[in-house]
Amino acid sequence: MNKPAMPNSFRTGPDEQGMFGIFGGRFVAETLMPLILDLEEQWNKAKTDPEFKAELQNLSTHYAGRPSKLYFAEGLTKHLREVSSAKGLGGGAKVYFKREDLNHTGSHKINNCLGQILLAKRMGKKRIIAETGAGQHGVAAATVAARFGYPCVVYMGATDVARQSPNVFRMKLLGAEVRPVTAGHGTLKDAMNEALRDWVTNVEDTYYLIGTAAGPHPYPELVRDFQSVIGTEARAQMLEQEGRLPDVIIAAVGGGSNAIGLFHPFLDDSQVRIIGIEAGGRGLDGVEHCASMNAGKPGVLHGNRTYLLQNADGQILDGHSISAGLDYPGVGPEHSWLRDSGRVEYVPILDDEALEAFQLTTRVEGIIPALESAHAIAHAMKIAPSMDKDQIVIVNLSGRGDKDVHTVAKMLGMEI
Amino acid sequence: MTTRIDRRMAKLKSEGRPALVTYIMGGDPDYDTALSIMKGLPIAGSDIIELGMPFSDPMADGPAIQAAGLRALKGGQTLARTLKMASEFRASDDETPIVLMGYYNPIYIYGVDRFLADAKASGIDGLIVVDLPPEMDEELCIPALNAGVNFIRLATPTTDDKRLPKVLENTSGFVYYVSMTGITGSALADTAKVSAAVRRIKGHTALPVCVGFGVKTAEQARVIGASADGVVVGTAIVNAIANVLGPKGEKTADPAEAVATLVSGLAQGVRSARLAATE
Repeated sequence: MNKPAMPNSFRTGPDEQGMFGIFGGRFVAETLMPLILDLEEQWNKAKTDPEFKAELQNLSTHYAGRPSKLYFAEGLTKHLREVSSAKGLGGGAKVYFKREDLNHTGSHKINNCLGQILLAKRMGKKRIIAETGAGQHGVAAATVAARFGYPCVVYMGATDVARQSPNVFRMKLLGAEVRPVTAGHGTLKDAMNEALRDWVTNVEDTYYLIGTAAGPHPYPELVRDFQSVIGTEARAQMLEQEGRLPDVIIAAVGGGSNAIGLFHPFLDDSQVRIIGIEAGGRGLDGVEHCASMNAGKPGVLHGNRTYLLQNADGQILDGHSISAGLDYPGVGPEHSWLRDSGRVEYVPILDDEALEAFQLTTRVEGIIPALESAHAIAHAMKIAPSMDKDQIVIVNLSGRGDKDVHTVAKMLGMEI
Repeated sequence: MTTRIDRRMAKLKSEGRPALVTYIMGGDPDYDTALSIMKGLPIAGSDIIELGMPFSDPMADGPAIQAAGLRALKGGQTLARTLKMASEFRASDDETPIVLMGYYNPIYIYGVDRFLADAKASGIDGLIVVDLPPEMDEELCIPALNAGVNFIRLATPTTDDKRLPKVLENTSGFVYYVSMTGITGSALADTAKVSAAVRRIKGHTALPVCVGFGVKTAEQARVIGASADGVVVGTAIVNAIANVLGPKGEKTADPAEAVATLVSGLAQGVRSARLAATE
């Protein structure tokens, strides 16, 4: 639907109104509008300010530990080549992991939080609020708030508080207040509603540190730009290590910040196939999934127009995923545009497939991936065996999976 | 083009008193009860009715209106049924203005053109859509104005003099001044500040200015009504309904009667507003 004309470049969005085609925009209450316009102005100044860039660069290097490694996943590659041989194909692409799990705080979320906390500082805000699903963003937000001396309130769905208890404790240690949200299914969508209610109430002194590339303009753009360091590094590292670009890049998409961060620098490399992975949950036939771009339709929520899981009356559905970070009925607006333009494919991976990838990666690589990232790995496991041995796949290993061990144990019927 | 809102506001101006604008959630706690509550509003003294369109994710609403929306949705309310409620109300009252209030997504999914045609046919006079600021006017505001439906904009304490003209540009019917930064149902802001804000907005527009968010009692309605052209009461009415519902949603008393009692008191408040102001 809504097939736009093929643009000369896929990297020029959004337009001045914050639109990526029909997606994006600024669908917010009037109370927030002046603040969002101010944020846009500050962001436009900051992104061309050498001082801002230098400060972010310095923190990225010395605090977050960038650049993150581009790692040849030899154990997984070997395993997938055996799978390929068993099928009589004799192939098996080389699989690389972009190791965002090695960043400070254990995921890609720190990239965005460092950028935004510097913006909050420039805007003279006194208080930070954030929403979180898996808790990865909440931890990253609490971390930068601690580092820069801001009080921080993190809204987290009550269901997620229960299934991500290690991250809840981490946030509390970092001095943040975690407010459980019981509305709806108690997941990321509900946390975002509550964060918006806080923001609209405390608009004068509060900076809303959104964790994903969604929300009203300019958030999708600025979060993408802070996360694009992932793809920029990966592209250069691949050229250095293999002397060429990858054939396929894959990332999991909840709101879609790690994915847009990896994808954006590759969008105009037409030879690179780009695949985003949605949470297929228990299958797309029912309602227990979060595959908004495969099973939803465009609508307006949380400040932007994007693909949403919703009923015929425009009421938003709750969705389901084994992974708290993917448990969101919408997606960042740029992904919706990339979907409709055909530049990026979006495919679902089921809970069980992600669980299998989680276990396999742990066993053959000695890396425990986040359940979110395990969705992306699961797709690499599907396609790599039927690719040639000289082909290359990059998977964004967006976070580490220590936080998920309780969930996985429960799924496997084990007590820990 | 004049709408029922314009005519009602002009009439009240000639009477020298502010309007009482009452909010109920369409379909709360169920369709039939909500319709009987709605029919009772003008009798109890309401001048304009705001009819809430329930939405699963009401980002600018406090717990009371969130809960009302959930009750309505659970009872099977849809946008189509909210429009039906309005047209059933219209069968016996062709004078009281009805303003639909809610969020954009259900309208977007219904289809803007189809929605405006059906809203017009159902006797709707105005729209308040919380998540459509002037920057998004092409979506619904302009089509609504072309269809002869008022688009009522919210002005807030963060809407400064520089921004006010943009907010007022395509506003019609009245301006809804949100008394504080926050969600519906919070505590009322300092009334002196509210009066100052109303005067500030009136400096930019000839439209009536109604004040809402936080007005709960007849006394507050009287004080706010001394400077504003209208007083909006929402959460207090929604709470009056919730208060006569048991833990399983069963009615422990008649919600329509509970609302009528509250609204009668509020109506006395606004009716004494200017009297008090001139004393």
